[in-house]
Amino acid sequence: MERLLKFIFEYRAFFTFLLLELLCAWMLIENNQYQSTRYFNTSNKLAANIISTSQSIKEYFSLRDINSELANENAALRKKLEQRNQILYSLELNQIKDPTIVNRFDFISAKVINNSTQLYKNFITINRGKAYGVEPGMAVISNEGAVGKVKSVSEHYSVIISLLNIDDQVSSKIKRTGHFGTVQWDGSDSKLIDLKYIPRHVMPLVGDTVVTSGFNAVFPDGIMIGIIKKVKLSEEAPFYQLKVELSQDFGKLSFVEVVKSNLKVEQDSLEVKTKGIPK
Amino acid sequence: MIRSGLVQFFLFFIYALVQVLLLKNVVLFNTAFCLLYVAFILLLPIETNNLLLMLAGFLLGFTIDIFYDSLGLHAFSLVLVGYVRNFWLATITPQSGYDSGVEPTLSDNGLQWFLVYSIPLIFIHHFTLFFVEAAGFSMFWFTMLKIITSLLFTLTVVLILQYVGLDRRRR
Repeated sequence: MERLLKFIFEYRAFFTFLLLELLCAWMLIENNQYQSTRYFNTSNKLAANIISTSQSIKEYFSLRDINSELANENAALRKKLEQRNQILYSLELNQIKDPTIVNRFDFISAKVINNSTQLYKNFITINRGKAYGVEPGMAVISNEGAVGKVKSVSEHYSVIISLLNIDDQVSSKIKRTGHFGTVQWDGSDSKLIDLKYIPRHVMPLVGDTVVTSGFNAVFPDGIMIGIIKKVKLSEEAPFYQLKVELSQDFGKLSFVEVVKSNLKVEQDSLEVKTKGIPK
Repeated sequence: MIRSGLVQFFLFFIYALVQVLLLKNVVLFNTAFCLLYVAFILLLPIETNNLLLMLAGFLLGFTIDIFYDSLGLHAFSLVLVGYVRNFWLATITPQSGYDSGVEPTLSDNGLQWFLVYSIPLIFIHHFTLFFVEAAGFSMFWFTMLKIITSLLFTLTVVLILQYVGLDRRRR
């Protein structure tokens, strides 16, 4: 026993090293698990306060851009609303029967206070949290397209897994043909994202629009992701290799909306009941 | 010239804040990162204990990780640097050994020694950091490009800071 203790003491540096590295590795693996409430990230109160202060200083330099962006969005929304009203009026569909279907999605507007695009695993921090009803697993969109999913929340802040994260997968479809696949980032170019699992018989064209499919109840159906830029089909591959140019420039993200899907619980529990718990 | 523990304590926060508020936003050509905080571990006095180095590395890495939303990643690589540093220092000892009170800095040991000392350590740090982040070797060459460009960027900034510090001390 004494010799064992002596041995450990002799190599105490090495054992401390092992211990610390194991601790780090454990944290790394834990952190990679999907969607959870975590304390040690940028939704942490102190960390979030520091970065939001720094962000508000930075914002003075981009106020003009943000302002015009918001004004444009307002105009576009107003136009859309007016069009919708006209259509509803002419079809006499003003009273839609089921209010739960109509109010399927709520939107929570939030400001981006931290963002990165050059790492392999990029995250975005926003200034809305539990207090506003944000929960892990919700979708985040901007007026130009899909942005990501909420990973963890604190009282007033939340961390979002960006689409530019090699771990993030979003079910999506080609709008013209209706075939669905999965978009996932490959980690290199922050303007391009891969669309996978589009089978050989489909004929995707450069310029086709890719939107979310709405299959997993996280994203609403038909949120813009981007436009196909490169189509490649190798000799023996079962699927196309498609490069999609993102409609949202992630380097310029300033305001986003968190999508609260009111029927998500219902859809998920029904699916779990029939199919079993997904892996 | 040994900096007191208190100065090191403040330096810890300065390195962390500069990294998180300033250098996090500075990325050249989409590949070159400036991970200046490694310099904190590199520039601790030569006789600093191995255990202390690793502990400091862990705490600094952990702090950086909170702001990068990458829990464990920076801490992992920095603990490794803290562990390797003293062995590397012992390997490249000049024949006469280090004088007591010498710091592993450019002003005390000259440019050539400093490059030999810092390049492998920064490389080890960047290598583990980027490959652990990429979770494997599937993007080997792109990750290597990131490592090399980041190494050059970080090294340049470290050297510039060393020369600025050199000037101040001579005055």
